[in-house]
Amino acid sequence: MSSTESEVVVIGSWASMYTSRVRIALAEKSIGYEFIEEDLSNRSPLLLKHNPIYKKIPVMIHKGKPICESLIIVQYIHETWKEGYPLLPSDPYLKSQAAFWADYIDKHIYSGAKKFLLAKGEEKQKGVEEFLGYLKVLESELGEKPYFNGESFGFVDMALICFYSHIIAFGKIGNFSVEKDTPKLFAWATQCMKRESVSKALADPNKVYESLIAHTS
Amino acid sequence: MAGSDDVILLDFWVSAFGLRVRIALAEKGIHYEYREENLQNKSPLLLEMNPVHKKIPVLIHQGKPVCESNIIVQYIDEAWHDKSPSLLPSDPYLRAQARFWADFVDKKVYEAAKKIWMTEGEEDRQVAKKELIEVLKVLEGQLGEKPYMVGESFGLADIAMIPFSVWFHTLNEIGKMNIERECPKLAAWVNRCMERESVSKTLPHPHKFYEFVLEMQKKKGH
Repeated sequence: MSSTESEVVVIGSWASMYTSRVRIALAEKSIGYEFIEEDLSNRSPLLLKHNPIYKKIPVMIHKGKPICESLIIVQYIHETWKEGYPLLPSDPYLKSQAAFWADYIDKHIYSGAKKFLLAKGEEKQKGVEEFLGYLKVLESELGEKPYFNGESFGFVDMALICFYSHIIAFGKIGNFSVEKDTPKLFAWATQCMKRESVSKALADPNKVYESLIAHTS
Repeated sequence: MAGSDDVILLDFWVSAFGLRVRIALAEKGIHYEYREENLQNKSPLLLEMNPVHKKIPVLIHQGKPVCESNIIVQYIDEAWHDKSPSLLPSDPYLRAQARFWADFVDKKVYEAAKKIWMTEGEEDRQVAKKELIEVLKVLEGQLGEKPYMVGESFGLADIAMIPFSVWFHTLNEIGKMNIERECPKLAAWVNRCMERESVSKTLPHPHKFYEFVLEMQKKKGH
C-alpha cells in the first residue's frame, strides 16, 4: 500500500502550487511520504543536491533518486504506482490531450498573472484581460464536462486546481472574480475542492494573498 | 494497432520542433503526408487543428490533432508502441529523466540560442554567448561518458536536442564562437546521432539554415 515515509520524500513549500500538484497526486494514490518544507530565501543543501539544474521545488526523492518538475513527477507517480487511482488516461490520444492542456496551464497561468501583479493602471488592466482570456480558453475546453478529464478527476484537473488558491488571490489583486467571470470554472473548482486530496494540499487563499501582497509591494 | 496510412504532419521545413517529429516518425518507419506551412499565411487546416497556439508542428492521426513537439514524440512512441525502436526507456525513473532533459532543451537551449541572433550590441551578445555555452555544458554534463542523453539508447531527449545542431554553424558565424571546440562531447554526440538515418536524412544542411536566418535578418532590416 503506502511506501515507508523515508522511501518517498517531497521537498516543497506551503505556498507553491506546483508542490500542491505533487501532494494531490500522492494523496490520490494513497502514497505516504515525508514532507520537507523548503525556505526559498535560503535554499537547503538537500534541495541544491537534488535539483542542481533549476534549484526549484517541488522535488520528489524516491528511494534516494530525485525527480524534478511537477508534471514530470506526476507522470512518474502514475507509471511507478500502477495500482490505485489512475492519474492519466491509458489511451495514447487522450494522454496527449491531457499533456497538451497541462502544458498550456504551465505556459500561461503563472506568467500571465505576473504581467498584472506588479503592474499599474492601463498595463495592469491589459494584463488582467489577458489572464482572464487564458481562463476562458480553459473554461471552453472544460465545456459541459464535470472534469477536464471527463467523468472523473484527472491530470489536467490536478494541473489546474493546484493554482486555485492563487487564482483567488490574483482575483483580489486584479479585481476580478472567478465566480462571476468564469462561472463554469468556479463550479468545477468547487467540485474539485470537495476531494480530500485537493482540500488538504491547497494553501489558504487568504494566506496566499497576504504572501503575494508582501512580495509585490 | 495504429495504422500508418492516415498520418499528416503540418510543419515548416526549418523548424527544430518539426524536425523532432520527423525524426521520431522516421525512427518508427511511419509513412506520412508532409505538408509545408507558410507561416505568414497559415492554412485553414492548421488553424482548425491547432486553434490554441496556431503553431507547427501538428501531427494529425486519423483526423485527430496532436500538438507540441515533445508531446507528439511521446504520442508517436505510444500509438506505435509495437514498432521498434522505443523512443523512451521502459524504466519510470529513466522516463522521467528523458522528459526532464527534453523539457530542458525547450526551457534553456532554445531561449539561449535565439538570443545570439536576436540581440544587438556587442555587450549583450557576449552575455548571450556565455549563457548559451553554459547551457550546452550542462547538457554535456548530463551526457557524461554515455552515448546518448539518457541511458544507452537514442530517445526523446536526443530527439529534442539534435535538431538544434543545425543551428550550430549559424550560431558560430553570427556569434563569432566555436561551439564544437567549447563542447567537444556534445559535438561527438551530434556525430553519433548523425550516423542514424532518421537524423542524417531528416536534418537540413546547416548552411541552408544559415541562409534562412540571414534572409530573415535582411527582411527585418539588419
